[in-house]
Amino acid sequence: MDWIDLLITLLKAVVVVVIVMTISGYSVVGERKVSSWVQGRVGPNRTTIPLLGSIPVIGKLLTRWGIFQLPADGAKFLFKEEPLPDHVNKFYYNLAPIISFLPPMIILTVLPFGQYVKDGVSSAVALTQTDVGILFVMAVSSLGVYGLILAGWAANSKFPFLGGIRASSQMISYELCIGLSLLPVFMWTGGTLDLFAVVQAQGGVLFGESFGLPKWFIFSQPLSALLYLVALFAETNRLPFDMPESETDLVGGFHTEYGAFKFGLFFVGEYAHMAIGSALFSIIFLGGWSIPFLPLSAYPEGILGAVLSVLVLAAKTIFLIFFYMWIRWTLPRFRYDQVMNLGWKILLPLAVANLVAYAIVMAFMPGL
Amino acid sequence: MHEVLFYLFAAMTLLPAVMLVCSRNTVNAAMLMIVSFVGTAALFAMLQAYLLSVLQIMVYAGAVVVLFLFIIMLLDAGRIKSFKGRIKQIIVPLAFFVALSILPVLAILSGRGGEAQVGEAVAPASSAEQFGLLLFTKYQLPFELTGFLLLAAMVGVIFISRRNVSALPKSEGKE
Repeated sequence: MDWIDLLITLLKAVVVVVIVMTISGYSVVGERKVSSWVQGRVGPNRTTIPLLGSIPVIGKLLTRWGIFQLPADGAKFLFKEEPLPDHVNKFYYNLAPIISFLPPMIILTVLPFGQYVKDGVSSAVALTQTDVGILFVMAVSSLGVYGLILAGWAANSKFPFLGGIRASSQMISYELCIGLSLLPVFMWTGGTLDLFAVVQAQGGVLFGESFGLPKWFIFSQPLSALLYLVALFAETNRLPFDMPESETDLVGGFHTEYGAFKFGLFFVGEYAHMAIGSALFSIIFLGGWSIPFLPLSAYPEGILGAVLSVLVLAAKTIFLIFFYMWIRWTLPRFRYDQVMNLGWKILLPLAVANLVAYAIVMAFMPGL
Repeated sequence: MHEVLFYLFAAMTLLPAVMLVCSRNTVNAAMLMIVSFVGTAALFAMLQAYLLSVLQIMVYAGAVVVLFLFIIMLLDAGRIKSFKGRIKQIIVPLAFFVALSILPVLAILSGRGGEAQVGEAVAPASSAEQFGLLLFTKYQLPFELTGFLLLAAMVGVIFISRRNVSALPKSEGKE
């Protein structure tokens, strides 16, 4: 029996990884499409697979949407020559892409994807449930920086090294902000660190029926949400915080010396990180799988409710991934000193003030 | 299953720790330290002290060693020179090490060590809530004192780095 349980858990994990990897893979295509819309171009619309592409209407449509771009890119990364420059530290050079790719995959184990109701008792659709959920997420994502630092250092040349150094200082600076901005949320939920409980606390309507806002933390704690979102952009190294990569001044930053599939790992890892970050933001601030104005108990019992709740969370996550790309083409990128100033002199004091303010409010208004 | 995992994680904690002490390449040493910390965290998790294990990774592997690596790379500390001609410096620590490792062996041989207690070891404060409560009631004084210690260290760091600035020529130092 023990082995069968283990096998089932493994199977579940594989399914989750496949789904998340597909989402991250298609965010790459999505990024190119969104970029092209913002810039008034068409984007990838010609890659096609011989038989599938010639199906009368659907094939043309899929080709035009760039659906076949992902397998083409993946195959390209796989079959390209793997360059191994002479001047690199071979062990760490090979290790770095793996290390940077692992943390998002590990975080997947504790993310709740939806709820499953049986006989009135709801439980999380998740690989595992711990009562230190969010701390686990933060601990594992803090390990992600090693991939970038090691890549920068092992490449043994100037630009990657600068990228690695920038990555580490940026990540350390913004990790503080992440922790401090999340604290008020978990104080509000009464001290539990469980992500499922956070979603449970967000069903229903805020301030009674008359005011009419969903009881999401983005409405009850807008500043925390903003601070967390900004820090999340910095943590995932997305524009406007692309210091480690800095295509304009550091060539490619930490991955300058990488090619083929190793670069692909960094690339997909970044998008996986984005997808997981978006899912986290939706879980913590956008009510997870709660539908606005409906209580969480509105989901039907059994498999149907579970699938629906997962789909709702997926929709919110995909919107946030789109939001990342939207921001990318809306805001100009920061200079390095501006990133540091923003992190230490603006976000950090704001986060501390926010924390203290909410602590005082919660102490004097215990009914909230 | 449980035992196999225990020995796996114990090896994951101890082997890198030994290799870390012996390693001459400082970057290798830092990476080995992370592996050792992760092993310790896994051992904590096996004792169901999930909070402790997560904090172990978050604080030590996630923050402290990043700073180590950062400094190693910035200073380009690279390799430590060989110990040739510095035998005298090694003797005292070596003596300590031998003494410390012999003591428990002696204790066991003399029969006073007692049987190793293998039982259901479960951390008293496994959940975050219990941990916080204990920290702010029973262990408040040590907690506050530790905070004070950290504050002192922080002031010291600021002082040391300030002094370096004033050591520069005046035109640069004023910047």
